Amino acid sequence: MEPAEKIIQHAGGVIGVSWLMIALPLLGAAILLLGGRRTDRWGHLLGVAMSLASFVVAVLAFVELIGLPEAQRRRGVELFQFIPGMVDMGVLIDPLSISFALLITGVGSLIHIYSIGYMSHDPARRRFFAYLNLFVAAMLLLVLADNYVGLYVGWEGVGLASYLLIGFWQQKPSAATAAQKAFIVNRVGDFGLAIGIFVIWTTFGSVAYGPVFGAAGGADQGVLTVIGLLLLLGACGKSAQVPLQSWLLDAMEGPTPVSALIHAATMVTAGVYLVVRSGAIFELAPTAQLVVTIVGVVTLLAGAIIGTAKDDIKKGLAGSTMSQIGYMMLAAGLGPAGYAFAIAHLITHGFFKANLFLGAGSIMHAMNDEVDMRKYGGLRKFLPVTFATFFIGYLAIIGFPLLSGYFTKDGIIETAMHHSAILGWLAVVGAGITGFYMSRMVFMTFFGEKRWADDAHPHESPAVMTWPLIILSVGSIFLGGYLILGNTFMQFLAPAVGRPAELPVFHFFSVPGLATLALVAVGAAFAWMKYGRAQVPVVAPRGSFLTTFARRDLYGDAINESLFMRPGQWATRFAVFFDNRGIDGLVNGLAAMIGGTSGRLRRIQTGFARSYALSILFGAAVVAGALLLVGNL
Amino acid sequence: MTTHYLVLSALLFAIGAVGVLVRRNAIVVFMCVELMLNACNLAFVTFARQHGNLDGQIIAFFVMVVAAAEVVVGLAIIVTIFRTRRSASVDDANLLKY
Amino acid sequence: MGETITFWVLAVVSVSAALGLVLSRRAVYCALMLGVVMLSLAVLYAVQDAPFLAAVQIVVYTGAVMMLFLFVLMLVGVDSSDSLVETIKGQRFWAIVAGAGFAVLLGLAVGNAVLSPPAGLLGATQTAGGNVPALAQLIFTRHVFAFEVASALLITAALAAMVLTHRERLTEKPTQRALARARFLTGGSVVLPGPGVYARHNANDMPALLPDGSVSELSVNRVIARHDVEDERFPDDPKLAEAIKQAVEEESK
Repeated sequence: MEPAEKIIQHAGGVIGVSWLMIALPLLGAAILLLGGRRTDRWGHLLGVAMSLASFVVAVLAFVELIGLPEAQRRRGVELFQFIPGMVDMGVLIDPLSISFALLITGVGSLIHIYSIGYMSHDPARRRFFAYLNLFVAAMLLLVLADNYVGLYVGWEGVGLASYLLIGFWQQKPSAATAAQKAFIVNRVGDFGLAIGIFVIWTTFGSVAYGPVFGAAGGADQGVLTVIGLLLLLGACGKSAQVPLQSWLLDAMEGPTPVSALIHAATMVTAGVYLVVRSGAIFELAPTAQLVVTIVGVVTLLAGAIIGTAKDDIKKGLAGSTMSQIGYMMLAAGLGPAGYAFAIAHLITHGFFKANLFLGAGSIMHAMNDEVDMRKYGGLRKFLPVTFATFFIGYLAIIGFPLLSGYFTKDGIIETAMHHSAILGWLAVVGAGITGFYMSRMVFMTFFGEKRWADDAHPHESPAVMTWPLIILSVGSIFLGGYLILGNTFMQFLAPAVGRPAELPVFHFFSVPGLATLALVAVGAAFAWMKYGRAQVPVVAPRGSFLTTFARRDLYGDAINESLFMRPGQWATRFAVFFDNRGIDGLVNGLAAMIGGTSGRLRRIQTGFARSYALSILFGAAVVAGALLLVGNL
Repeated sequence: MTTHYLVLSALLFAIGAVGVLVRRNAIVVFMCVELMLNACNLAFVTFARQHGNLDGQIIAFFVMVVAAAEVVVGLAIIVTIFRTRRSASVDDANLLKY
Repeated sequence: MGETITFWVLAVVSVSAALGLVLSRRAVYCALMLGVVMLSLAVLYAVQDAPFLAAVQIVVYTGAVMMLFLFVLMLVGVDSSDSLVETIKGQRFWAIVAGAGFAVLLGLAVGNAVLSPPAGLLGATQTAGGNVPALAQLIFTRHVFAFEVASALLITAALAAMVLTHRERLTEKPTQRALARARFLTGGSVVLPGPGVYARHNANDMPALLPDGSVSELSVNRVIARHDVEDERFPDDPKLAEAIKQAVEEESK
């Protein structure tokens, strides 16, 4: 591999003002949140405009970047001193960050536009757009910052936006709980990330990417492994990887555009970004890399298995998201050979998963917000545009030849196979399961007989919602091929993440590729038998032990509950008990003792002056006795 | 000889004190207090003689003055209490208690 | 020798009188006992070279203070005798224990003290020319401030006694006319018997007689009547005895 090029400080051109990408949506959020109800009428338009403006800046910066010679494609822009003597805030424009910026602003803008239609009946639409803008700003800060502290600020910012948007309909207890769950589970990961950054600071004396990666070679491997594992913990929390996966399925309580933007296309991929960005550290810590790949494989299988059992279309897609991010994580753990595939899959996944989620949103829009696929069926006649785009997304995700997913996922599988046969074959199995559950979803939704309630009147969504779908599905078709064939994307990313010694060549007829296709075909056929041809029961059958296992999210919540929540509850109860009985008991007991003693002692105050006089006389007698005693001594 | 006077004084004082403690009629209690004061005066006079110094007699003189004032005020209080409560018993005036 | 005899006689008298003061039920007897004690003490003062104090003791204590006591006794009710039942548990027992203990301790303390023969006051009084001039000299020179304060205290006490016993009149003082009207309206005896008009005695314990010769209940002395009933010693006159019984019954209601 080649060492990462030195960052060239640059303050001119569009790149020089690339901080506008962050500032514009932030300004939009500030206006919408501070402006209050005055902005209700045009708030959504401002949100879209800010997002689009940010997209324009990103495109111009991208154009300027690729106009430069390859060696100069790492541009830093110093902004201000954030923490004096420690963090100088700056923006880093390199192929990696600009790829993310394009994805975030591009897909983000489409979802903004879609949301105009989707949220048109919601009284709090302006607030929704404010949060979306806040999210875009934070996410861009996360990927554009040139140091770990800036990344952390963005990281927490997206966590906040995610919390606000999951709980957007906070009047629903389930949404409020889901938001809290997401926030709390993310705290675990964020804690790891924070500690990781502390260790980076103490090890390297800096948190900026340039100095840290430059000095990584001279650091102790054990320390690097610790840093890597801590960063991975952060990545697991944000990207819903095992063991911190449990929040993502519940996060589907948020509005569907949120699920598409935050919990499918962008925020949940922040973990992948972190691992790829910190590649210089991970490459020097093979143990940490191995753990990354294991986490990736476990998650891709777990997500896929969860996806097979969900009847809620959004939860099914959420399981799929987990699984796909598992693929990315697997690739990110494979070093420079995998980075390009990880990011390429991330981008194509951003397109087709956003496409699928928005399609699901369109279906829900048509079906009175019904999410149970068992109450769909035969919808392809009623929602032709949604069906067509959803189907394209479906083909892309299962890796249908020549569509986006085919290239990127195949790339990951082949790289993994090259690295370790076990990882590779597990990834292949995961792809097969993907074929099954995505087919199941399509068959249950669009094929078969109609099973919906009588009061549902399915209708196609308005143009403001279908056009983003169409644009996303076009991306889902062509983007993968464009990025992977001829290693375009790998060459492009090289200045940021380095390139492998030997460039891979894409084989259309490799063994793993054919095996994947075969397994996907088997999965799809099985799904056809079970859900396409056969009658789908409206009420979910009880199913076997394995079905329950998958439906209960592989007992993820149960494990969390028994391992953390119950002991925590016991500890809390004990603390409360100790506080009530121990501390308070001591204080109250003392008070009660004094009170009780006083209550008894005051009985001495009988009100009879003669009793008092008697005690005086006794006292006088005692004094006389004492004087006598002292005088005699 | 003076020892005898002092013992007598102590005896009268103790009898007066017991009287204060056992009697309930406020006026009698008052009389017992006067008895105690007189016992003290006897001791003072005896000490004056013992030491050949008139100060003891002077103090006894002032004790008498103060006792006279005390009797005036005390009896006035007793009369006032009796007027409202129709009782001269010190046990009846026991409202100030727990 | 003379002093020893005087002392022992007066000591016995004064201690007995003090015990009588504590033990007698009737407040009047108590007052008399106190008078005895005070007189004995006055003599003892005189014996101990304190003639001025002896005189003051008699004038102020047995004269003024005792009169005041008796006066208040009469005002409050001469008959108000203590009940012998002790209401506070253990008060009597512990009072006696404490008193005896105190007396014993004080006596021991005095007995223990090694006293030289008394110095006597001859030296102190000689220069001034007697006890009274010597005292006067001291009071008006060394103790003049205390003397002035004591006088202020006496004036304040006199004022306090007036304030304390003063009663605010809540209603208009009834005129003779109003009293007569009230009497006629109630339909009671229209004419009050003039005291002693038909009386055969002028003693306070003899009630007035009405024109028909019967006893006027209104003029029966309540206190005497009560004593009579308690002691069951009624006068020979059956009418008078009946009237006394009735008066006591009425009062007890």
